[in-house]
Amino acid sequence: MPLKVDIVTAERLVYSEEGVDEVVAPGIDGELTVLPMHAPLLTMIKPGIMRIVKGGQDTDMAITGGFLEVRDDRVTILADAAERADEIDVVRAEEARRRAERVLEERVSEEELARAAASLQRALLRLKVAERRRRRTGLRPGPPGV
Amino acid sequence: MAMGTLRQIRRRIRSIQSTAKITRAMELVAASKMRRAQLNALAGRPYAEKMRWVLADLAETLPLIEPEALHPLLQRREVKAMEIILVTPDRGLAGGLPSSMNRRAAQFILERGVPVRVVAAGRKGRDFMRRTGQQVVAEFIAIGDNPGYEEIRPIAQVVMQDFTAGLADEVYLIYAEYVNTVTQRPQVFKLLPVEPPAEAETARVDYIYEPGREAVLAELLPRYVERQLYGAILEAIASEQSARMVAMRNATDNANELMRDLTLVYNKARQEAITSELLDITGGVEALKGK
Repeated sequence: MPLKVDIVTAERLVYSEEGVDEVVAPGIDGELTVLPMHAPLLTMIKPGIMRIVKGGQDTDMAITGGFLEVRDDRVTILADAAERADEIDVVRAEEARRRAERVLEERVSEEELARAAASLQRALLRLKVAERRRRRTGLRPGPPGV
Repeated sequence: MAMGTLRQIRRRIRSIQSTAKITRAMELVAASKMRRAQLNALAGRPYAEKMRWVLADLAETLPLIEPEALHPLLQRREVKAMEIILVTPDRGLAGGLPSSMNRRAAQFILERGVPVRVVAAGRKGRDFMRRTGQQVVAEFIAIGDNPGYEEIRPIAQVVMQDFTAGLADEVYLIYAEYVNTVTQRPQVFKLLPVEPPAEAETARVDYIYEPGREAVLAELLPRYVERQLYGAILEAIASEQSARMVAMRNATDNANELMRDLTLVYNKARQEAITSELLDITGGVEALKGK
């Protein structure tokens, strides 16, 4: 029985093919070949080239890393959408923090917290009042000035 | 009635007409953006599903592991501080959606007895939290209508860092759940610690894990958190666009109604003006006849 192969990323289904004879993937512990009747397997894969053999024809695909699952002659690759550049994420995360920090000056005192809570309570009340007024007058939300 | 009023009414009608054109265009744009966001959300579903299966399978042995040996993202602690990711639109004209998101978040903060740190994803939420003096620890503005996975990951990065560093003992996600075109509901979802799904559909497969169970779990968990966040943000975008679509449709309807009323007023005023002119003329003729 031939294999069914799916490659999915968090964003979309990238590749789906039935009747595959053999899959060669860059496993974390070295290259691995999956043939029909393979035991259930879940392995991490490294960025590299994956070869899919179907009817004597080879298809090479660039893989960015992720996981490979084999189960009941179905091979699913949970691929990372792109190579995981964790440093970039860290840099962007730091930027987001700094943007926020510019406004927030180390306020952790009890008094500050109480003041913030009170301010929040007031805002909540205002929202509630606005909501009620809108319901009562039957005015539907729309742009101002119409 | 004087000609001046007539001109004023005509000008008014024309300005309402152009407003209606704009709101109608915004409605159409929002509708197409909403469809796009829905398609994006659907496209990522196979990945999310698979990941849930695998995690459910991995989780079965978790109760056997010593609490200290658990992966950091799974660790449950006494809750002394929390963090929320508040997903809101950047722009207004989306009906009551931004304010109902902020209201839900405010309620959440007030209900807990512990300090809550805010990670704002969206301008409306950030502005609100800042105005009310909350602790906004990171902000992500201009995520856009069609964000890639890459753009969402830094948000997950922030909360995972804070969680593992002990700055927050629980992390919640507050976003607009898409129910249908007219209904969007603020939803609160616990993101961290990760609670592995308990699904029976995995049908218990004895996987061989390479390089090992723990290593796979350690790699999988951050991606699981990212994927959940990504899915929620796509849903929030669909919600935002559909809220905007409905708001703009209402605005267009209101404008059209107003235009109808004003046209009536205009015609009436025009007829009155004609009548009074006629009266003037006939009055003049009568007066001349009398001589």
